[in-house]
Amino acid sequence: MGLLNKLDDPYEGGGIVLGKVEDLLNWGRSKSDWYLHFGLACCAIEFMAMNASHFDFMRFGTIPRTSPRQADFIMVTGTVTFKMADRIKVLYEQMAEPKYVISVGSCSNCGGPYWEHGYHVLKGVDRIIPVDVYIPGCPPRPEAFEEGMMLLQSKISKQAIFNKRKKLEAEL
Amino acid sequence: MLANEIFDRLKTEFGDAILAFDDTQPTDPFIMVQTDKVFDVCYSLRDNDEFQFDYLMCLTGMDLGENVGVVYHLYSMKFKHKVVLKVVAPKADPKVPSVEMLWKTADWHEREAYDLMGVQFEGHRNLIRILCPYDWEGHPLRKDYETPEFYHGMKVSY
Ligand code: SF4
Repeated sequence: MGLLNKLDDPYEGGGIVLGKVEDLLNWGRSKSDWYLHFGLACCAIEFMAMNASHFDFMRFGTIPRTSPRQADFIMVTGTVTFKMADRIKVLYEQMAEPKYVISVGSCSNCGGPYWEHGYHVLKGVDRIIPVDVYIPGCPPRPEAFEEGMMLLQSKISKQAIFNKRKKLEAEL
Repeated sequence: MLANEIFDRLKTEFGDAILAFDDTQPTDPFIMVQTDKVFDVCYSLRDNDEFQFDYLMCLTGMDLGENVGVVYHLYSMKFKHKVVLKVVAPKADPKVPSVEMLWKTADWHEREAYDLMGVQFEGHRNLIRILCPYDWEGHPLRKDYETPEFYHGMKVSY
């Protein structure tokens, strides 16, 4: 977002940054997303690799939370069975706005290997909660997790905080 | 003790309740047991000094078309011998005596066989679903199972 780059071009006396408050807030929001990890199946195993030191997910400013109240986004990693779907809905509703959803793996994107005969699997978590970023793969490589996280960050940093309605109308 | 020796001992003890012995299959040799006697047979297998089958390795439900079957794999830690028992029950009335009182393993295994195959284990103290939600209808691994259209307002198949 380049907020700090503006320090290279200082006004007289230096150390002054001119920018929009919205940009500053979005910069902060996108660089410290706490997440509720909802590990459901084998994709969650891949996510452990992502969290470990080799790929180091926390350098994105993400901190795993165990409570939906403290989370900015929920990471649905794995097979969403109907038994779990009810719980995901409740957890999503318990999260505080603004909230985001990353859907990881073919299972939670569209049902994956259970598309045809999975009597017990919801065919995509986006049928119960709105998804912001889909990460494809079965399971996705950690690099794919990284790209998904960067996509979410760029989405957050572009969002309107003030005059939302005006900006939306201008876009339409 | 070999499976055919176990069969002979059981035959003298229980007579007609022990139906058949089969070692022609490529699988482990197995003993067919009359369904309503399976608890007594298992009790004897566990507590008889010659058998001492203290470990239920696995309890399986099967769909045999008209019938449902249950398979017990038993193992003795002391004598290191094993035996396989099989029972069948008609699908219309799939009642099988529970062995949950004999081996704690059977608790969850019987709940699983009940959940997915619909075998009613009589005498089980907590026979509720273990994998599917409690309000699920039907037993999904039966061959004649029809997938429901909706579950809690969520569409099942597309
Ligand atoms: S998408 Fe593949 S790896 Fe991920 S939970 Fe489903 S089956 Fe497992």
